[in-house]
Amino acid sequence: MQKDSTLRIGCGAGQAYDRIAPAKDLAQSGKLDFLVFECLAERTLAHGHAERMSNPSKGYNSMLEKRLMAVMKPAYDNKTRIVTNMGSANPRAAGEAAADVARKLGLQGLRIGVVEGDDVTALVSDNTELPEVKKTVREFGRPMIGANAYLGADAIVPALEQGADIVITGRVADPSLFVAAIAHRYGWKLDDWQRLANGTMVGHLLECTTQVTGGYFADPGFKDVPDLVNLGYPIAEVKESGEAVITKLDGTGGLVSPLTVKEQLIYEVHDPRAYLTPDVTADFSRVKVQEDARDRIKVSNAGGRERPPKLKALVAFDGGLRAEAEISYSGPNAQERASLALEVVRERMRQHNCQDAIRFDLIGVNSIHGTGVKRVTDTQDVRLRAAMRTFDRDMADALLSEVDGMHMGGPAGGGGYRSSIVPSVLTQPTYFDREKVPTRVTMVTA
Amino acid sequence: MKHSLPLHEVAAARAGDKGNVSSISVWPYDPRHYEDIKACLTADRVKKAFPNLFTGPVERYEMDELKGLNFVMRDALEGGVNSSLNLDAHGKSFSFLMLSIPVEVQLYNDDGSARD
Repeated sequence: MQKDSTLRIGCGAGQAYDRIAPAKDLAQSGKLDFLVFECLAERTLAHGHAERMSNPSKGYNSMLEKRLMAVMKPAYDNKTRIVTNMGSANPRAAGEAAADVARKLGLQGLRIGVVEGDDVTALVSDNTELPEVKKTVREFGRPMIGANAYLGADAIVPALEQGADIVITGRVADPSLFVAAIAHRYGWKLDDWQRLANGTMVGHLLECTTQVTGGYFADPGFKDVPDLVNLGYPIAEVKESGEAVITKLDGTGGLVSPLTVKEQLIYEVHDPRAYLTPDVTADFSRVKVQEDARDRIKVSNAGGRERPPKLKALVAFDGGLRAEAEISYSGPNAQERASLALEVVRERMRQHNCQDAIRFDLIGVNSIHGTGVKRVTDTQDVRLRAAMRTFDRDMADALLSEVDGMHMGGPAGGGGYRSSIVPSVLTQPTYFDREKVPTRVTMVTA
Repeated sequence: MKHSLPLHEVAAARAGDKGNVSSISVWPYDPRHYEDIKACLTADRVKKAFPNLFTGPVERYEMDELKGLNFVMRDALEGGVNSSLNLDAHGKSFSFLMLSIPVEVQLYNDDGSARD
C-alpha cells in the first residue's frame, strides 16, 4: 500500500474496435501504474457466445492479439499492469492467447490472471424474469444464446493480489475495471462506499477513452476541438481518497475541459444521485469539477452508499436476421421518385405476404429523426432505405431483391444499391443474488 | 425580458443508451442560463416536443451544483440497440433533437447587465 504518491491509470480502449496507436502512446509515455482496456458493449458478448459455439478456442475480442502485441512490451518495461475485459465470452482462451503473445515478445514468465464466473447461462431457466419487458424467458419466446452477469471489482482484486501482470475478464461493469486497480493499490476496503464512489467516478470518466478528451463533443462554432484527428486517450492521476485529475498526454489532440468531463460524467447515467454498479451506489450530482490547468481537470466529491444487493445480468437471445437495402435518387424531383419507390417496395412486400414490420427511411429528407420530427427540405439527394428483422431467410432475401428491383422496375434514375443481411441479437436484463454468482481466478504463466 | 431561441444556442447535450432507455444530459454554456432553462425545459415539454419518439415516460433529474439537467426517456429506442430498425439504433443523435427545442432565457450584455 502506497499512500503518499499518486496512482496513474489510463484507458487504452473504450470499445471493441477502438484505435490502438493512442493506447501504445499511453503504454510508452504515460508513466502509468495501470492501463485498462474496456472492449465490451451490450451486444458484443452475444456475438462472442455465437463464435465460441462454432469454435471453442474463440469468443474473445478479435483484436486482442493485435492490441496486446502493440502494448504488452512497453507496459511490461514500464511496470504498467493491464486490466481488460477482452476475454468477452471466453476469458480462459483469451488468457492463453495473451500468453502466446507474451512468448512471442520474449516475455516468458509474465503472469495473466483470468477472471471467470460472469457466465450465468446455466442460471437462466424458462421462468427467469425479464423485468424490462415484464415477461419470463419462456414468454419472451426467442432462443437464448447466453447470459452474463456484470461482475464487480471484488472479482478482479484477487487477480491483482496474486500478482497478475495482466488481468483478463469477461463481463464486468466498466468502471469496476478501474475501481479494482485503484482499490488494490490503495488497499481500499470494498465496503468503503465513499472511496469506491470516487473510484467509480474516475472509471466512468475514463471508460469511453476519447469521450472525455474531446471525442463525441465537437460542434463547429459552438464547441471546437483542437486536432480532432489525433485525439489522445485519457489518464487519471488518482489520490488515496479517490479524487483525481483527468488529463491526457502532451502533444495529443483533443481537450480535457470542465464540459468534456461533465458530459461524460453523466453519460449513460439515469439518476445522477444513484448510479448503480456492482461495487457501490454512487451519487455524481455533487461532483466538483475544477480546472487545475489546461487539459487538467480535478474531480472530487462523489457520494457513495451501499452497493445494490443483486447483480445485473444480460440475457442474449437470437433476434433473427436484420435485412437492410438502400437505393439513391438524385437531381430534379428526387424526393417524389424516392417516395414512389418506397410505395412500390412496400406494396411488393405486401404481395409476398410479409408479416414482419418493415421500416422505411428517406435518408436526406427524414431518417434517423423521422420518428421524432417531420422536416421540410428541398434536397435533391435522397436515399431510400428499407430495413426489417425476420426469422425467415426467404423474406429477408425478398426485401433485398425488391429494393434491387428498383433499378429496372422502379422510378427513373435509381442507383447505388447496397444491402446486407446480418444475424441479430436481442438482450434483456435480469438480476441474480450475488451468492449464486461465485467468481474465480486462474493464473496463466507465459 | 426573456428571449426565445433554440436550446442549441445556449447549451450542449450528450446522449447515451442502456437497453431501451435513452438519456440526454443538457449543459448550459453560461451558468446564468441554468435556472431559466430549468424553468422551461420540463420533462413534459420534452415529451410533447417528440410524442411519436418518446412514447414512454420522460423523467428529469436536476443537478443544481453541476448546473445541468439529465433527461431519461424510457421505451424511446424502439426496443433498444439490439432490436431497433432505426439507422441510429443507439439514439446517439437524439442530443441534437433535444437541442432543437426552443427555450426562453434572459440574455446578458458584455458588462453583465440584463439585455432587453
